[in-house]
Amino acid sequence: MDSWKDNKLAFGVLLGPPTFWLVVFFTLPLAIVWVYSFGERGPQGQTILALSLANYERAVEWIHLGIIWKSVWIAAVTTALCVIMGFPLAMGIAFAPRRWRNPLLLIVILPFWTNLLIRTYAWIAVLRTRGYINFTLEWFHDKLDRLFTLVGLPEIMGTFSPLELLYNQTAVIIGLVYIHLPFMMLPIYASMEKLDRSYLEASLDLGAGQWRTLFSVTVPLVMPGIASGLLMTYILSLGTFLTPNLLGGTDSMMIGNLIAQEFGPSRDWAFGSALSFLLLYATFIILWARATFARRGAASELGI
Amino acid sequence: MNMFKGAGSSRRNFLAGTGAAAVALGFGGRSASASGELNVYNWDTYIGETTLATFTEATGVKVQYDLFANNEELFAKLKAGNPGYDIIFPSDYMVETMIAIDMLVAIDHSKIPNMKHIDPDPNFSDPSFNPGLKFGVPFMWGTQGVGYRISKVDGVPDSWGDILASDKYAGRIALLEDVRAMIGFSLKYLGFPMNSVDPDEIAQARDLLIKNKKNFKTFAPDSGQDLLLSGEVDLAVEWNGDIVQVMEEDDDLAYVVPKEGGMVWMDNMCIPKGAPNPGNAHAFLDHVLDPVVNAEIANTIHYPTANLSARKLVLPEDLANPAIYPPPETLARCEQIVDVGDAARLYDEAWTAIKAA
Repeated sequence: MDSWKDNKLAFGVLLGPPTFWLVVFFTLPLAIVWVYSFGERGPQGQTILALSLANYERAVEWIHLGIIWKSVWIAAVTTALCVIMGFPLAMGIAFAPRRWRNPLLLIVILPFWTNLLIRTYAWIAVLRTRGYINFTLEWFHDKLDRLFTLVGLPEIMGTFSPLELLYNQTAVIIGLVYIHLPFMMLPIYASMEKLDRSYLEASLDLGAGQWRTLFSVTVPLVMPGIASGLLMTYILSLGTFLTPNLLGGTDSMMIGNLIAQEFGPSRDWAFGSALSFLLLYATFIILWARATFARRGAASELGI
Repeated sequence: MNMFKGAGSSRRNFLAGTGAAAVALGFGGRSASASGELNVYNWDTYIGETTLATFTEATGVKVQYDLFANNEELFAKLKAGNPGYDIIFPSDYMVETMIAIDMLVAIDHSKIPNMKHIDPDPNFSDPSFNPGLKFGVPFMWGTQGVGYRISKVDGVPDSWGDILASDKYAGRIALLEDVRAMIGFSLKYLGFPMNSVDPDEIAQARDLLIKNKKNFKTFAPDSGQDLLLSGEVDLAVEWNGDIVQVMEEDDDLAYVVPKEGGMVWMDNMCIPKGAPNPGNAHAFLDHVLDPVVNAEIANTIHYPTANLSARKLVLPEDLANPAIYPPPETLARCEQIVDVGDAARLYDEAWTAIKAA
């Protein structure tokens, strides 16, 4: 591969559009939001540029940290469920006969093409009191009731009370897992497809059982895919606000909802910006700590 | 490479030619839009079925019609710079805010002869948020109260206590996703004014809602009437027109403004600064204030109109419906939301506390 110094023109042309895109649509807006986070709210909701830390002081109050903690928890549960469901799914598709792989992938990806809002509304139709799950349960209840009446025990089933599946945290997690499953499954599938099957055969030949092979050979080899899937799912579900808004009921306020509230009805963009950057600072600190420990770990291995 | 040289230069010329043509078309397009067009930005299901068509027939002006979901969305879109809207439909407190930051154009009353049809009651012809109707004209108004399913509630739920402070209907109540409305109703139940800026009063209203949060099923953003219709909840805090619209589909539903008082609101038609077609905008305002056009809108969307002459043409069953045209004693109990300036932060923090509790 040529060094970029040899062909600066080609390098500039190739790097130009993505750099322009990143600077104008990512770095610049982020910088503007960062400047806003030090501003103040005017009486009609205008953002007055200033140099005040009041927004950050307000952002670290217990109530807001509580909301951040709840978001972290819900995102963690979602990611865990996604990996438990996504890993076998990816394995199943990767080890399927070649001619089945594309149709199976299509089944996973096809719902992706439908708008997120419509898919979330669909879950409302499924989970609500007069929704499809409750209709099915009511049908079973009805049939069992008739059966018991025939046998001579008419009152044993009682009246049917529908399950409260919507407007609580369970519904939010169901919605989030449904939406983020492809994000988890596809990177793992990509890693698994490139897996060299001879490693697995070698492991089985050397006497390891199927489970041992899975955990000691397959998982470490597809770890980049798993890490990628975990990261994407976690970050996306941490910042979600649509799903808790539609499915969440009264006790599912996540950090995304709070930020949306500040940029919307409350018209306090300064505070909303401070909240957004709080999460960003936390992420940077974690990445910096990880990098420092990694460097120290590498240094100690070299005997420095 | 050499054999493609001829093709390459003609390809380059072709690209240059289309580029120049695109620029020319762009300029040409812009000059064509300066006359004969109107851009309207309105709430959803908030216009008559023939309003825009009759306007285009009468004036030859083409109308571009966009929708927004709430006042804050309207405000956010316009605050960043008017993207080309000529007519907007802000609510009362939003008009006040927009006037304060100089976002509206003073309308020329001489171009709108149909203004004489507006109800002369000072609430409509000289409201506090828009004195002398300088910056806009009233459109529709209404109340906020409680829609309920008759067969599932005990009598008429005519007190906010039944909804906000009692376990009677636990798990079957939907509140409105609106900070000023819900905290305002809580304040009114406790006997305080709806626009209170007293931190202590707001704190009491907040604590009442937190204490009874377990009874509320959800905070519905303008979809409470759908939840009521589908049987998900039996009581929903909502705008009167929304409840009337679902009452048409289900006889078991009704609407009431609780005795401690509800909210009265008014939507207005205004011209934002930077509107590209102010002449057409004034013509549109005149058109909508025409009694026949206005009555057609009111009969479609079932909201009470601010136009006195149009009311003579409104369906008699709508006029007799207390959910649409409330009696004076109900209106006397209702308050209008006003922008509280810096005290908005008290409401915001209280709302966050309620939702996070």
